Amino acid sequence: MGFRYLPMTESDKKQMLDSIGISSTEELFSDIPKKVRLDRELNLKKTVSEYELKKELTEMASKNANLTEYRSFLGAGVYDHYIPSVVDHVISRQEFYTAYTPYQPEMTQGELQAMFEFQTMISELTGMPIVNSSLYDGGTAVVEAMRLAHGQTRKSKVIISSTVHPEHRQLVETAANGQKLEVVEIGHKDGVTDVAQLEKELDDETAAVIVQYPNFFGLIEPLEEINALIEKQKKTMFVVSSNPLALGYLTPPSEFGADVVVGDTQVFGIPAQFGGPHCGYFATTKKNMRRVPGRFVGETVDEYGERGFVLTLQTREQHIRREKATSNITSNQALNALASAAAMSALGKNGVKDMATLNMQKARYTKQKLEEANIPVTFTGSFFNEFVVKLSKPVSDVNKDLFEKGFVGGYDLGLTYAEFDNHMLIATTEIRSKEEIDAFVKELGDING
Amino acid sequence: MAKENFPLIFERSQEGRTSYNLPALDVPEVDLEEEITDGYVRKVDAELPEVDELELMRHYTGLSNRNYGILSGFYPLGSCTMKYNPVINEDVARLPGFSHIHPYQDTSTVQGALEMMYDLQVHLEEITGMHEISLQPAAGSQGEWTSLMMIKAFHESNGDFDRDEVIVPDSAHGTNPASATIAGFKTIEVKSNDKGLVDVEDLKRVVNDKTAALMLTNPNTLGLFETEITEMAEIVHGVGGKLFYDGANLNAIMGYSRPGDMGFDAVHLNLHKTFTGPHGGGGPGSGPIGVSKELAPFLPKPVVREKDGVYDFNYDLPQSIGNVKSYYGNFGIYLRAYTYIRTMGAEGLKRVSEYAVLNANYLMRNLEKEYELPFTQHCKHEFVLSGSKQKEKGVRTSDIAKRLIDNNIHPPTVYFPLIVDEAMMIEPTETESKETLDNFISVMNEINKEAEENPDVVLDAPHNATVGRLDETQAARKPVLRYQKED
Repeated sequence: MGFRYLPMTESDKKQMLDSIGISSTEELFSDIPKKVRLDRELNLKKTVSEYELKKELTEMASKNANLTEYRSFLGAGVYDHYIPSVVDHVISRQEFYTAYTPYQPEMTQGELQAMFEFQTMISELTGMPIVNSSLYDGGTAVVEAMRLAHGQTRKSKVIISSTVHPEHRQLVETAANGQKLEVVEIGHKDGVTDVAQLEKELDDETAAVIVQYPNFFGLIEPLEEINALIEKQKKTMFVVSSNPLALGYLTPPSEFGADVVVGDTQVFGIPAQFGGPHCGYFATTKKNMRRVPGRFVGETVDEYGERGFVLTLQTREQHIRREKATSNITSNQALNALASAAAMSALGKNGVKDMATLNMQKARYTKQKLEEANIPVTFTGSFFNEFVVKLSKPVSDVNKDLFEKGFVGGYDLGLTYAEFDNHMLIATTEIRSKEEIDAFVKELGDING
Repeated sequence: MAKENFPLIFERSQEGRTSYNLPALDVPEVDLEEEITDGYVRKVDAELPEVDELELMRHYTGLSNRNYGILSGFYPLGSCTMKYNPVINEDVARLPGFSHIHPYQDTSTVQGALEMMYDLQVHLEEITGMHEISLQPAAGSQGEWTSLMMIKAFHESNGDFDRDEVIVPDSAHGTNPASATIAGFKTIEVKSNDKGLVDVEDLKRVVNDKTAALMLTNPNTLGLFETEITEMAEIVHGVGGKLFYDGANLNAIMGYSRPGDMGFDAVHLNLHKTFTGPHGGGGPGSGPIGVSKELAPFLPKPVVREKDGVYDFNYDLPQSIGNVKSYYGNFGIYLRAYTYIRTMGAEGLKRVSEYAVLNANYLMRNLEKEYELPFTQHCKHEFVLSGSKQKEKGVRTSDIAKRLIDNNIHPPTVYFPLIVDEAMMIEPTETESKETLDNFISVMNEINKEAEENPDVVLDAPHNATVGRLDETQAARKPVLRYQKED
């Protein structure tokens, strides 16, 4: 049978074998010792035609309840936002999506410039001067921030708030095992980092304090107070993981003394796609520039004096530094960074702020309506687009009932916080209409009893 | 010829222009500033560009025209497997049932996604000969690190806490030693012999009871099959160490040989190389791992399991190293790999490797006439030339690379592996036709001729690119990493 990605004809093959001076391709594999040769065909599913495969995969996809058909109030780190149509058209340009890393700048100025623009946008939102051209995702960016802090301070204790995304804390735990770092988790009080406990744990052996802003419960962390404590230690770094959409409205972490700001740009133009690929960002101070993981695009000039862009400061990277590298990161999320850059360009200065504000307004409306329906809201502090409510029965049961009514309910906090059994984390983004919110509140109220 | 400057999106910005259209505020408005804690409302807006939709599309289309993808032309970038990225993959990845599902939805509502993951795991187990697969690592380097963390956990579960050495060949990818370091190991280098293969005597010398693992790419970065692989496995296993397979070069051996049968205990795959996930200009990738039965208890969690046709996630893995990437890895990328594997099947994948290897040998035998070939045996899917003869004429490999750009060919990987002087690492892949290969041969021969007769045309290349040669020294000395508006 024919394979549409393989142009080799019998005649090509014969000519090529003749040119090499062999009679069959078998000779090219004769160096593989017999005992490790596979003497049978691989046992894989039989191939089907393009039409049939597409049909099969479309049917498989339709077994999933997708967010375009259900009204979702689920966030917990991955959000259902407006994606401007331009985004997919930009990233579908083959010159972007099929290209390799721009190691040959003369033929990849487009990618390099787009990444330079991405770095600038994230710098604007976070207020940090140094931004790389993306990392795998928000969670691995937190891990890289920990590694940078350890490398820069030579200290081995890492303090992380329990209000940081549970999966991100697990990633930190896994990675810390590799480098024999001690991870200390700080409890929460009124839904934000317990500052008194932080003060007790913070000492001159602390490499980093990691918090999330807004935190996993949606609340705005007291960055100012936390920073005041960190500043008493000479070296300890302040790491803030931050939803960049929220930074369209909230004061950027740079103004609270953050040394590293990381996060995920999924909120800008990247669909949920079952959790990945999303796109991490990494922003920091000038002092830390030479320890930043991943790639930087820098501006320079060509031989005619015209502006151009190149990958720069590569001596930090693994392919040059090998075992002395500060990170093993090779690939980044260039295409998703491009999607986010296109979305941020479409939203622009006013749109990012408008979108952030809409999220906050609609989340507040949802919260107020739920309170009116006698569903208690757990925390009273300032929040962004997510908040926690206490239900009268298990969240998983409630979500099953909500699903029957066409809703994807909130996150079951009891899964990751033993103290929050029957608590649901509810996200409301700008795309939820008043009508949908009202219907959701009514259903949830009815189910909750 | 002076080249044209292309404006930044910020330089196209005009106050008052927009290209967004958000849903209306249809709920009663509250005073946010009043409610948010003092000092936490942003005072200065983020300076993002203000452009209309046409300007935005022109900008990014213009940028794409200043870029080079696989559909632009030949891309023989060694070690990167720049094969055709099938367009059906893109269609499948954009089905709403795959692209718009949330990782925390109840598993009963995402059975199709889990079924795909499970079936992909089964296919990858068979292709690699490994006992169990995890799709979680985001990319190759994370797959390497994850494997090493599992090997470490395995040793420690045996009370073996002193194995802190990982052996890496001198020809290895730079990620190998970097991954070893952040997994908490010391890197010990093993030498290559004059055939470009691991020197087995040297391997015997460096292994001991501190050896945690050997990291190996096979075929190696010179494109050569490590013929003594079973002896190497015996040596490493003999001292209690494990073997890790860097799957960067799997494209050479699918259906011919499997890492699991060679004695490897852990494997990572680059789905964005071998299995056509697009490279995306540097990512996202996907780097699943496969492990032996012995290492399986240490896999990152969760793992997908199936019972009576129902799929779910198993988090109850007491010996797991933990999770290494949020949620379940880069679903959107391994979905593309699944589509590809289902398109090709067993026969197709074997032909992929057959033709990838045939194409590479054809290029190698036709280029060795003018370019130095340091290792002369048959290669696998790629080979390494040295530009040493051209260097004597004053033309370096970097110049040859820039001259290829004038011929609308992406240069090979250059100056790697480090053990070859003026290296050019060439990987044509199976999706390129004989005509494309013949054109490449004649261009390379022409450049060689130019190096002799008219070296300036090579030294001044590229002539046809959107920019001239760029000053990389200045970029690194005075880093400018973001746009600053001129006052």
